[in-house]
Amino acid sequence: MNMSVRVSPLELNARATRVAVVAARHADLVDSEGRFPHEAVAAMKSEQLLGIQIPRSLGGEEASTAEIAEICTILGQACASSAMVFAMHQIKTSSLVEHGADSVWHAGFMRRVAGEQLLLASATTEGGIGGNMRNSICAIAVDGDTCRLEKDATVISYGAHADAILITSRAHENAAPSDQVMTVFLKDQYALERTQVWNTLGMRGTCSDGFLFKGEAPAEQIFPKPFAEIAAQSMLASSHLLWSGVWYGISADAVARAQAFVRAAARKTPGTMPPGALRLAEVSSLLQMVKSNVIAGLKAYADAKDDPDRLSSMAFSVAMNNVKIASSETILTIINHAMLICGIMGYKNGTPYSLGRHLRDAHSAQLMISNDRILANTSTMLLIHKQDTSLLG
Amino acid sequence: MNGTIRELLAKFGGLPVPASEITDEADLYAAGLSSFASVQLMLGLEESFDMEFPDNLLNRKSFASIAAIEQTVRMILDDRKVA
Repeated sequence: MNMSVRVSPLELNARATRVAVVAARHADLVDSEGRFPHEAVAAMKSEQLLGIQIPRSLGGEEASTAEIAEICTILGQACASSAMVFAMHQIKTSSLVEHGADSVWHAGFMRRVAGEQLLLASATTEGGIGGNMRNSICAIAVDGDTCRLEKDATVISYGAHADAILITSRAHENAAPSDQVMTVFLKDQYALERTQVWNTLGMRGTCSDGFLFKGEAPAEQIFPKPFAEIAAQSMLASSHLLWSGVWYGISADAVARAQAFVRAAARKTPGTMPPGALRLAEVSSLLQMVKSNVIAGLKAYADAKDDPDRLSSMAFSVAMNNVKIASSETILTIINHAMLICGIMGYKNGTPYSLGRHLRDAHSAQLMISNDRILANTSTMLLIHKQDTSLLG
Repeated sequence: MNGTIRELLAKFGGLPVPASEITDEADLYAAGLSSFASVQLMLGLEESFDMEFPDNLLNRKSFASIAAIEQTVRMILDDRKVA
């Protein structure tokens, strides 16, 4: 008997909170050692969080992007690397859910992702493309029922720990760089040779090493739709929104620490306003702005989701780009403010008010898809698209 | 109109193949039309036909092929005649 019951967001959040407890316990070690957050990802699997986006008919829970963003925020408050791994997995899952449902192989794969809690990684970056994932140099070779691909993937986040990799390439040997497809390769269908080691300022636990990827798989594992469509219709929005969920979580925890610092000072000196109190009020307003920005973006995506024309419109791209720019920039201001409030206790590692990890992790936000690239893209669109001036529209 | 669109495509499209070799129905994005080039093409069309693209037509579909562009431009010009 197939009893599919709608899971309540509260129940999802309770499961995410249990994962966050595990993630928080190991966050400092994951950061200092630059190692994969095994414990948190194992907890995600045991709480069955990796398949929640997949349709119920394929064994998932049909969680919405907003529900998943909320989980990103819950995890982001505990361990940004764990939260980012979860977000990136869900971004790949959204490609399957939105663009793979009509393909027998991809539908079957979704059932496996939900049933076996498979962790999906992404390989869109390539040496020589200048960071533009909408171009590929490598091309997939289809030979009868088999496809083969070799890619100099300069970044595959948690590539060594994934159960499958979704990888982009040119559609065939003679295709233009922008004529791309995406293919799913399972762990036993590829070999990875590490070419670069992820030793970074922050987000150290995502282990986004570079690899030479060599894979061979049945050709039916190539997505039936062009990657351009996948990128425009599900990846753009889900990346900016879920990343922003993580970033909001990092900054929300920084503010919570700053507030705890101010409250502790207030309790020690009753009758006087602690020095950081005014700044706390200021930072609370900034945090609310980031939150509103992410919520507005989630709503815009939910409203446009069933209309491919709207999803590929300039208005929608501009709106999603703006969510990413604003949240990635503002969180740095917020965490810096929180550090001014906590002072040396925030600057030092190992105190209840430490903010070094938050600040370092948050610095990745402007770089993962460079804000300069996004602004250039938006500025091009604004030559022709007229800025939306409505309040609610 | 088809000729003007082709001229503008040749001028702004930045395609690796000559515009004359592209069929009316061919997918321009697959042929290598970048988002920057597509906007330059749109600006060229606005200037040539003295019109503005409304935001609801600024999506990939409206500019996916020469035939689609022709249809989009014709629709805007026809609407103007009615108005």
